[in-house]
Amino acid sequence: MHIVVCIKQVPDTKNVRIDPDTHTLVRQGVESIINPFDLFAVEAALQIKDSMGARVTTITMGPPQATEALRDTLALGVDDAVLLCDRAFAGADTWATSTTVSAAIRKMGDVDIVLCGKQAVDGDTAQVGPEVATLLDIPYATFVKKIEMLDGSHLKAVRQTDDGVEVWKLPMPSLLTVIKEIGEPRVPSLRNKMRAKKAEIPNWGAADLGLDPDSVGLRGSFTQVVRVFSPPRRSNRIQIEGSVEEQAEQLFQYLKNCRVPGL
Amino acid sequence: MDYFLTEEQKMIQELAGQIAREKIRPVRAQLDEKEEFPWEVMKILAQADLFGLYIPEEYGGMGGGIFENCLAVEKLGEACIGIATSFAASGLGAYPILLHGSEDLKQQYLPQIASGKRLAAFGLTESGAGSDVSGIKTTAVRDGDHYILNGTKQWITNGGESEIYSVLAITDRSKGARGASFFVLEKGDPGFSFGKKEKKLGIRASATRELVFQDCRIPKERLIGREGMGFVIAMKTFDKSRPGIGALGVGLAQGALDVAVEYARKRVQFDKPIISFQAIQHKLADMAIKTEAARSLIYSIARYMDTEPTDVSKYAAMGKVFAGDVAMEVATNAVQVLGGYGYMQDYPVEKMMRDAKILQIYEGTNEIQRNIIGQELNKEYGRIKESFF
Repeated sequence: MHIVVCIKQVPDTKNVRIDPDTHTLVRQGVESIINPFDLFAVEAALQIKDSMGARVTTITMGPPQATEALRDTLALGVDDAVLLCDRAFAGADTWATSTTVSAAIRKMGDVDIVLCGKQAVDGDTAQVGPEVATLLDIPYATFVKKIEMLDGSHLKAVRQTDDGVEVWKLPMPSLLTVIKEIGEPRVPSLRNKMRAKKAEIPNWGAADLGLDPDSVGLRGSFTQVVRVFSPPRRSNRIQIEGSVEEQAEQLFQYLKNCRVPGL
Repeated sequence: MDYFLTEEQKMIQELAGQIAREKIRPVRAQLDEKEEFPWEVMKILAQADLFGLYIPEEYGGMGGGIFENCLAVEKLGEACIGIATSFAASGLGAYPILLHGSEDLKQQYLPQIASGKRLAAFGLTESGAGSDVSGIKTTAVRDGDHYILNGTKQWITNGGESEIYSVLAITDRSKGARGASFFVLEKGDPGFSFGKKEKKLGIRASATRELVFQDCRIPKERLIGREGMGFVIAMKTFDKSRPGIGALGVGLAQGALDVAVEYARKRVQFDKPIISFQAIQHKLADMAIKTEAARSLIYSIARYMDTEPTDVSKYAAMGKVFAGDVAMEVATNAVQVLGGYGYMQDYPVEKMMRDAKILQIYEGTNEIQRNIIGQELNKEYGRIKESFF
């Protein structure tokens, strides 16, 4: 069993500020962390490894310093890690990212399960997982809170949706994006931490993946960010709290005070 | 301050610090309130490889020493010394086996303790034998291939929770101090049961319980070392473990200082943060001085002891006394800095103050430590022929 977990290094959103002039993230002095949802994906993979044995590989596309994020996953018990780093990958949108990531998974060959976090907390698109599955032509399930192996060739995925819970049976290989209910990420072990420190993490570029530089990065992107802005603060916001009855009463009074016709 | 730690030592600090922040801090108040043993945290510490820091690699440990163990204990102690005591007590129980156990005992028990799969505990204190260890009444009588134990141990940390116990019992009362021996007892041994669980002022997440032996029969191979070595093993074990108690004190003091400084920067009275008042600044300064001094002392002692010197008792005692007293003082002053809020359970310093007191009492009261230091000074200067005046 070989499980690949796709992770992303993101700015620690607890400390993110927006530059009021440029409307972009102030990255200076902001620590990079592993996207929290991706840690749940790593945990899901390690749970499968614990229960039935599996080889777990993490991959990430990013600048050289993203190696540290990969190293952190090795410290948790992940077996191998691969960095996808190339100048040609820069400026990628979700499609170009998925092109690169899926090419790397294809290169690995023997992959049974691909796991991703449900979304990254910086872009919040939740697109890369499904796109990677589509490019690999394998089935996928999103917002998975529980994974169970059925037999050698199928798995059961329990999805949490807005309407309730869905239980799916998927053939392997397949891709799952997971949510936090999968289980709290573990802490590293000292032995794995020491191993991670010394581990050699290979770097695959566009040429290693057999990708045309025009199909990845900014040039391979269908979308481009034209402008980033902070939405203006709306002043007339109120927050109502309490039981449903109390909230209804407060809202009623508020609307009444606004002289809404009929009240 | 940079204490020139190795990469590995920094990793231990980082890992124990992460567990303290993420897994201990959120649960400490609740475990204290419910007097609940921290099994969840123990499992995490086991999985993190921290139980085997001081155990040689050939027995499944990480091959470190007292210093590595102190680094971990200090970080855990920053969050809760009740939980950190439960962790450290397993080491206290392991040391008699590690120091003087037969190869078979080491092979059988140390890997289990190193992996954290089973916790250990140390059984010495009795109702009539605290500071005066020679007052113990528990007996072990040889009967063919077995020993039969009778007696009751009191206030045993991890009692009832641990599965492996190093227990001191009298094998020959006529020999006085040379008539005691250490044995390995296992939870489940016939005739070995647990008495009442104590209700305590502090470290309430740790379990403190009686061990009761009623014609408890164990194989003779469970004897640690030789008959009559009991007191020597006890003293050697304490020499190894006392820096760890000091490290708990350093951790607790740091934890209390952290809360006090953060609070003093935020709390506004007379239109100013209270840290701008000299009365508060000086208090915080003294807390910081003493915490750092205790840390420096403990680190120096632990590093020295890892070189396997012979004159360790005095230093082990110094570290335990100083860091324990510092922890009590810093925690008390942290409560004072927080004022009324500090006295309430909404902030962690009231618990720290309750917890700190035990550091001056267990593993040899601080009075006993001063006795040891005084006696060592007397011996040392007796050997020096030169006059200093």
